[in-house]
Amino acid sequence: MPTDAIITAQDLTKKFGDFTAVNGISFEVPRGEIFAFLGPNGAGKTTTIKMLTTLLHPTSGQLTIAGVDPVKDQAGARRTFGIVFQDPSLDDELTAVENLELHGVLYGVAGSIRRKRIDELLGYVDLADRRDDLVKHFSGGMKRRLEIARSLIHHPQILFLDEPTVGLDPQTRNKLWEYIRKLNSEEGMTVFLTTHYMEEAAKIAGRVAIMDHGRLIAQGTSDQLIEQTKTANLEDAFLALTGDALRDEDASNADHMRMAQKMWRPGRR
Amino acid sequence: MNVLYILWLRQIKRYLRSRARIIGSLGQPILFLFALGFGLGPMFQKGGGGSYLDFLAPGVIAMSILFTAIFSGIEMIWDRQFGFLKETFVAPVPRLTIMVGRTLGGATVATLQGFIVFLITLIAGFRPDSWSLLPLAFLCMFLIALTFTALGTAIASSMEDMQGFQLIMNFLVMPLFFLSGALFPLDNLPSILAILVRIDPLSYGVDALRFSLIGVGHWPIGMSLGILSGCLVLFMLVGSWLFSRIEL
Repeated sequence: MPTDAIITAQDLTKKFGDFTAVNGISFEVPRGEIFAFLGPNGAGKTTTIKMLTTLLHPTSGQLTIAGVDPVKDQAGARRTFGIVFQDPSLDDELTAVENLELHGVLYGVAGSIRRKRIDELLGYVDLADRRDDLVKHFSGGMKRRLEIARSLIHHPQILFLDEPTVGLDPQTRNKLWEYIRKLNSEEGMTVFLTTHYMEEAAKIAGRVAIMDHGRLIAQGTSDQLIEQTKTANLEDAFLALTGDALRDEDASNADHMRMAQKMWRPGRR
Repeated sequence: MNVLYILWLRQIKRYLRSRARIIGSLGQPILFLFALGFGLGPMFQKGGGGSYLDFLAPGVIAMSILFTAIFSGIEMIWDRQFGFLKETFVAPVPRLTIMVGRTLGGATVATLQGFIVFLITLIAGFRPDSWSLLPLAFLCMFLIALTFTALGTAIASSMEDMQGFQLIMNFLVMPLFFLSGALFPLDNLPSILAILVRIDPLSYGVDALRFSLIGVGHWPIGMSLGILSGCLVLFMLVGSWLFSRIEL
């Protein structure tokens, strides 16, 4: 195990009533690594990210994020990371710059530094010319890029990405991974990501962990996992480890709401 | 302080950008003002109540504040569903600050809406009894707005989606409005109605606003404002407890 771990989890467990979403998992992420969390739908990936990012309290187990216990010192832990959620989390009725401004103020980034970083980051994700447009007019890919820019304003040590490329076209996906790899190599930023796309994980991640039914069933480099399962690529290794039964997830509330909102406020997207 | 300001500013910007919502929400107060104000006016006058339009105007202003305020609070459900709430919840800011910022923003929006309706009552022919009491009237309006934005936020904190919205409209907001004395004088009411009116926090807001606009109040204004403030504190306490328990 590496000595300079920026994230450590020990026997991390989360129960919702009788249902155990995350069942006693332990792992470490070394500083400066790109770490991918893989697993079928409902495996407990998002629940794990929510515990790491203070949105959920673990039922039991220990956690440290950049030396801080996120259960005891929520605000301290929150300053150390940036996050891009699985679902969009921008305010559609604000402009790109306003969304970034709001984030900078919430994280206490002083005015002049904030404006400088916002300009830099908008350039970095190629949105400088759309800075004063309302986010509701953005495409899915643009929103994702804006969210990545937003998550970097406070210079986090760790970047959490929960399925960042879902629903994006291959061009946008490649570009996105390019940004992330650059951040990792140039700024030494630790990246913790979840994804369904095995080839992406194999390409970008130093190490991967595979989760199923709330447990960690394998960890290592993708080569190690391929070797361990005697398969040809990470996707086959993944299937060998998790089986090929289909996982059904309930339609999320958010989907119902999007429909309802369309009915409530005609003319909006 | 900066955090409160930026959260407040966000609500204001969203409001100013949704012109359809501003105009749409003026329809109801205008209808009440014209249909009831002019329709029931002659009868009210015959009964010795004076000008019904003057009596009704504060009630209609309070109505539009009530509706906008509750809705501003409940709007949080959309933030929750569309993910923006998550962005504020992972920020290194106490949840109480987020809630207070939202509430101040929502209450300012509701007060603005009340002010627009006040201008409409002027067009309809309403004249305040004393212009010097106008600052007091605005204070009453803001207090009503704060109280019911806090209530809306508290309700939204315990709701996952908009399914219950109709329930809240019909069993909370409508009764709050109709039982508040916004439409009728509080003298000589049948005892059950008199009790319900006393339970309804909006009654005190309407009465205080009516006193500051037309100089007639059922209760002493100090008492009305005191009770309304008490309700505000209660809603804020319950709301912040519920808000702190939200899991996303």
